[in-house]
Amino acid sequence: MRLLFALFLLAAPAWAVQPDERLADPALEARARALSKELRCVVCHNESIDDSNATLARDIRIVLRERLAAGDSDGQAKAFLVARYGDFVLLRPPVRADTYLLWFGPFALLALGGAVAFAAQRRRTPAAPAPLTPEEQARLAALLREEPK
Amino acid sequence: MFIELGHFALALALCLALVQSIVPLAGAARRLSGWMAVGRSAALGQFAMVALSFAALTHAYVTSDFSVSNVVENSHSAKPMLYKISGVWGNHEGSMLLWVLILSLCGAAVASFGGNLPRELRARVLAVQGMVATGFLLFILATSNPFTRVIPAPADGHGLNPVLQDPGLAFHPPFLYLGYVGSSVAFAFAVAALIEGRVDAAWARWVRPWALVSWCALTVGIALGSWWAYYTLGWGGWWFWDPVENASLLPWLSGTALIHSAIVVERRDTMKSWTILLALLTFGLALVGTFLVRSGVLSSVHAFAVDPARGVFILGLLIIAIGGSFTLYAWRAPALQGGGLFAPISREGALVLNNLLLATATGTVLLGTLYPLFMDAFGLKISVGPPFYNRTFLPLMTPLLVAMAVGPLLAWKRGDLTAALQRLWVAFGFALLVVLVGLYLSGFHAVLAILGLGLAAWIAAGVLAEWGERIRLFRAPLRDSWRRAAGLPRAAYGMSLAHFGMAVLVAGVSASAFEQERIEALRPGDHIDIAGYTLTLREVRRVPGPNYVADEAVIEVKRGGTVIDEMHPQRRTFTVQRQTTALTAIRTGLSADLYLALGEGDAQVGWIVRAWHKPIVSWIWLGALVMALGGVVSLTDRRWRVGVAARKPAALPAAAE
Repeated sequence: MRLLFALFLLAAPAWAVQPDERLADPALEARARALSKELRCVVCHNESIDDSNATLARDIRIVLRERLAAGDSDGQAKAFLVARYGDFVLLRPPVRADTYLLWFGPFALLALGGAVAFAAQRRRTPAAPAPLTPEEQARLAALLREEPK
Repeated sequence: MFIELGHFALALALCLALVQSIVPLAGAARRLSGWMAVGRSAALGQFAMVALSFAALTHAYVTSDFSVSNVVENSHSAKPMLYKISGVWGNHEGSMLLWVLILSLCGAAVASFGGNLPRELRARVLAVQGMVATGFLLFILATSNPFTRVIPAPADGHGLNPVLQDPGLAFHPPFLYLGYVGSSVAFAFAVAALIEGRVDAAWARWVRPWALVSWCALTVGIALGSWWAYYTLGWGGWWFWDPVENASLLPWLSGTALIHSAIVVERRDTMKSWTILLALLTFGLALVGTFLVRSGVLSSVHAFAVDPARGVFILGLLIIAIGGSFTLYAWRAPALQGGGLFAPISREGALVLNNLLLATATGTVLLGTLYPLFMDAFGLKISVGPPFYNRTFLPLMTPLLVAMAVGPLLAWKRGDLTAALQRLWVAFGFALLVVLVGLYLSGFHAVLAILGLGLAAWIAAGVLAEWGERIRLFRAPLRDSWRRAAGLPRAAYGMSLAHFGMAVLVAGVSASAFEQERIEALRPGDHIDIAGYTLTLREVRRVPGPNYVADEAVIEVKRGGTVIDEMHPQRRTFTVQRQTTALTAIRTGLSADLYLALGEGDAQVGWIVRAWHKPIVSWIWLGALVMALGGVVSLTDRRWRVGVAARKPAALPAAAE
């Protein structure tokens, strides 16, 4: 079904990184590629700048490489792009108060489901029979004494 | 003429669907057999009418009748016949008609093969299906009518979007829809059971084959879509955690949970209300998927406003279907008491774990898909992409996959974990070997991917160990084992195949960490070296097509100094739409794919060629197909055909139906 709707938006073949964009330093280029996969082409349909052929994606790729070449750390380069394009540019949403539900929701769900399953298991197991009262124990003892005769 | 007939048939189908949703339900409540029997005829009649209507639209496409606006917008006289036909469902209106066609086909199937169902249950199931059909037929007739005429008729059509003109895509929607809509049968059975207040092992036996059909179709549909994305989009990705993809993954995840929990209902008469809930949820998620994709909410919140009628209509249907069924559930489910007791370490316990993890995974994907919409309502824009799912979905799947090898070895009621693990020591040894060899070969890089390969080895060897255990391989004489293997139920083989398919898929996914990529601008004569291959660009030539022109690169593939192949990636420009698409060239194989895509360029600066070497990437789709095949094998099990009449005492002869 994805095709019927989404792909009208990304019809043309994607031409991610072009040869002329690449940095000469392979280590720096590798960092740029890794970062590119976590950055969104903000005008595209859920594509990273690494995958997208949009002009804007190319611009962001070039800006990112400029920042890295200027000596920015990964965090600084990201912060620079966030300042420009907002949190929308991050494919990995930041962890903060308004995304706690997103990040911890799955694990809360797991804990909740586990608790429900545990409770259901407890409910299914019949309760152990109540221990005998002192009178019953006395009677049992008496009966056992009588038995051998 | 045909078009008006099709339109009229669709309106008649709506009338029949209305009758089907009311009369049998009332009949079942008042035990009037004549009224209950109406359900069967109405379902068959509704299918005939929708089929007629679909045939009319197809006829218009095949004959390129440009007096129909839907044909004008989505077809062109120069298009190949396959795409004229697939164009019928390559647009909103036609795809909704296909949706309803499959829905009424399922209804007709319940009506004709449900002869061994108790009359009341069948009447109620058909009534619920009638209600679903009513909603969607109303939707088509009111907001998405494919039979509108244009006067005067234009000379030719606008053509189908070029990306959709592809064989993979021609078959992707029908499978996906069969998966979505097939889940409506399990839904109808669940609602009928809630109305009746009874769920027993026989009920589960009827529901499980339907849930399996739907699951198999969904598996194939998702795999086709992913394979298509892989070879079409030109950068070799196959899953993007795109909201539209998630919309199809959600019912798959909960449907997977459903086919497992229904086993527990059937065998052990417990987990009933949970299984009902999963059946409601699976169809609910299929509807949510339809809503998200059809309303356009996902691509942009603003697109929703472009055609609010459709979005609001489906949202209404969604609220009625989900709200109504969940209210019924809250009211009636507490009455469904489970019988069978089991210890936490048991087959049932393993299936509870399976359901817990799959349900949580479903919740996670739903959260990730809807969260940006939710934030947008407060004016905050965030993106939830692959890095999120890698950190949440994958950790949830890992324990599920680890447990997958162990669960089938546990006994019902009370299992022995130590004994099960002892039988898996060979599997564990094999997995460990794979991990150690992988670490050695990769030089301790990509540790997670190698652990993934180890996990795949663990599942695959676990499946074989379980099978060996069942036939007492090497412990009984071989002839004895052979006899046991022949006597194993098909359902057991189905499970083994499906689990084995999962192992193959996990291996394919994990190996993507080892892919290599080269991007170069090549002039004729230049070459790229990748993974032992030498790719030389010989020339780029112009090739005409039926409705496009293409630039085609001729690339010579050498390995060890000898020419082994010639590959021809293309860039196609479609004349009608003035749109460019890539036709990648892929040398696919079990051990690796060599993937080439051609970009822009000319003879002076060179043509941009992207080349990838992707080890065992084809295992991803192969694994999915093996999984679906497992489902199909399980469906051929004798039990489904023989055992289903077990609810009624055998004293009633065939005359009952």
